[in-house]
Amino acid sequence: MTAQGLEVSKASLAVKRAPLIEGASLSLEPGELVVLLGPNGAGKSSLLRVALGLVRPDSGEALIGGQPAESLSSRDRARAVTYLPQVRDLAWPIRVRDVVALGRFAYGAAPERLGQTDAEAIVQAMAACDLIELADRATDTLSGGELARVHIARALASQAPLMLADEPVASLDPRHQHSVMRLIRGFVDRGGGALVVLHDLDLAALHADRLVWMADGRTVTSGTVADTMTPHWITAIYGVRATVTERDGVTRVLVNG
Amino acid sequence: MIDRLLLPMLVLAILAALYAACLLGSVPLPPARMTAALLGQGEPGDLLVVWQVRLPRALAALAAGVALGISGAALQGLLRNPLAEPGVLGVSAMSALFATVALFYGLAATIPFALPLAAIAGALTATTIIAWAAPRTSSVVTLILVGVGISSFSGAVMSLLMNLAPNPFTLSDMVTWMMGSVANRSFNDLALCTPFILTGAALLIAARRGLAALSLGEEAAAGVGLNVPRQRLLVVLGAGLATGGAVALAGAIGFVGIVAPHLVRPWVRHDPARVLIPSALLSGLILILADITVRVMPGDTELKLGVVAALIGAPVFVTIALRRGTPR
Repeated sequence: MTAQGLEVSKASLAVKRAPLIEGASLSLEPGELVVLLGPNGAGKSSLLRVALGLVRPDSGEALIGGQPAESLSSRDRARAVTYLPQVRDLAWPIRVRDVVALGRFAYGAAPERLGQTDAEAIVQAMAACDLIELADRATDTLSGGELARVHIARALASQAPLMLADEPVASLDPRHQHSVMRLIRGFVDRGGGALVVLHDLDLAALHADRLVWMADGRTVTSGTVADTMTPHWITAIYGVRATVTERDGVTRVLVNG
Repeated sequence: MIDRLLLPMLVLAILAALYAACLLGSVPLPPARMTAALLGQGEPGDLLVVWQVRLPRALAALAAGVALGISGAALQGLLRNPLAEPGVLGVSAMSALFATVALFYGLAATIPFALPLAAIAGALTATTIIAWAAPRTSSVVTLILVGVGISSFSGAVMSLLMNLAPNPFTLSDMVTWMMGSVANRSFNDLALCTPFILTGAALLIAARRGLAALSLGEEAAAGVGLNVPRQRLLVVLGAGLATGGAVALAGAIGFVGIVAPHLVRPWVRHDPARVLIPSALLSGLILILADITVRVMPGDTELKLGVVAALIGAPVFVTIALRRGTPR
């Protein structure tokens, strides 16, 4: 693991004796886009929370930059890994630029108090996500796709080397799904490392450098799209039959039910 | 532009309201005599009216309002809901109950800080229950029901104490705590309670950056670098101290903590951090004005301040609740 990487090894976590994850392992390095796949309830979100150190695993360990994740202060963790949980709704209709500014929280910034570096990071992030024109809009007037971009911009503004995104394209239309994935791809191409939870196999095949497959709290297998996006693993993980085709380097998955 | 003018305008309005509070009342006092008395000159009678009666009373209304306004805004930020407020969540009721117990058993008369300390202990008990319940339920309705439960419980014990009240004077004292009033407050009362209010307010202001982060939800707030448990502790302590101080000073006054942040929010672009101080000032202003209303209303028995606050605040509460129910 490099100095900026993240690693979970053989982590188990249970709540009220119900296992959420069991011996799950995961790694993420700068410069790669890893997609975490698995059915609902497979423990993907729990694994992310363990990886971030938001919960301490019952056994196994989670490291961020070589240090135990749960021992990091909230601030140091946020500077190392930026996190996009599933919840996108905001409690208050605050402005787009104020949401993006919260990405600088770990640097002591607040929406009403921004230093030079903070302000630059925020403008850059908003520009990357095509949000400059929406900067002063209240978030409750945005569409789902726009709001998803706002959260990506918030993550980018933190300038952390790693990003964990829990279903960032959930309930978006195909165009917005691709635009969000392109933004994450851009982050990775600039040297970031992203771990993204997805449910869309085609989207995963299109964007992932590596896939991690999860079922029943275990990380079952991991590998490139070519190696693991196969009928065998799709059946093993999701319990559905599928046909996988490849044409012009694009992998397509047809689920037969 | 307007948000920059908001604070100076509120401060000016408060000064004007304080001036008006000294001017108005059952004894007519022309502005010239009142101003002289304020400056420490003039007839002894005027000095007495201004310095012993009207000014401390208006300042008590201001202090209680500031405490409730800032606590309301901070609790709303913490719980991410505009209906959270010390009164609605039962914090004021619990605090008033503890204060009443202190009065009932004569502790307040023998130990100097017993009354504010009891009120604060009550407020902290209630805020702790709520902050404990908050992460365990995703529904704010549940949380408000917890508040209703705390309120009803406190109300029931209060009724019991009233039944057992040894004499009519104690009884009327208790009613004052339940209803909320700043009648007959002195500078001594202010000196006893304002340190707690200011400490609470300072804690809440220190926690305001975290309130902005909490707009994202607790999970994402932790993700951007907020220490959520510490934030919860700060707000619970701050709101407990400030509300406790306010109750010790003025009894249980409900709903101002909802009305003021609600009115201020559009002016600060709904930022839960920037809403704190203007809410505190506006809520102070509202209580000074409400207390002036109470004093100039004709009639033999004075209306209680808390009653006036509820008459204005409860409809606003219902309006916000209904508006939130409609899908956007």
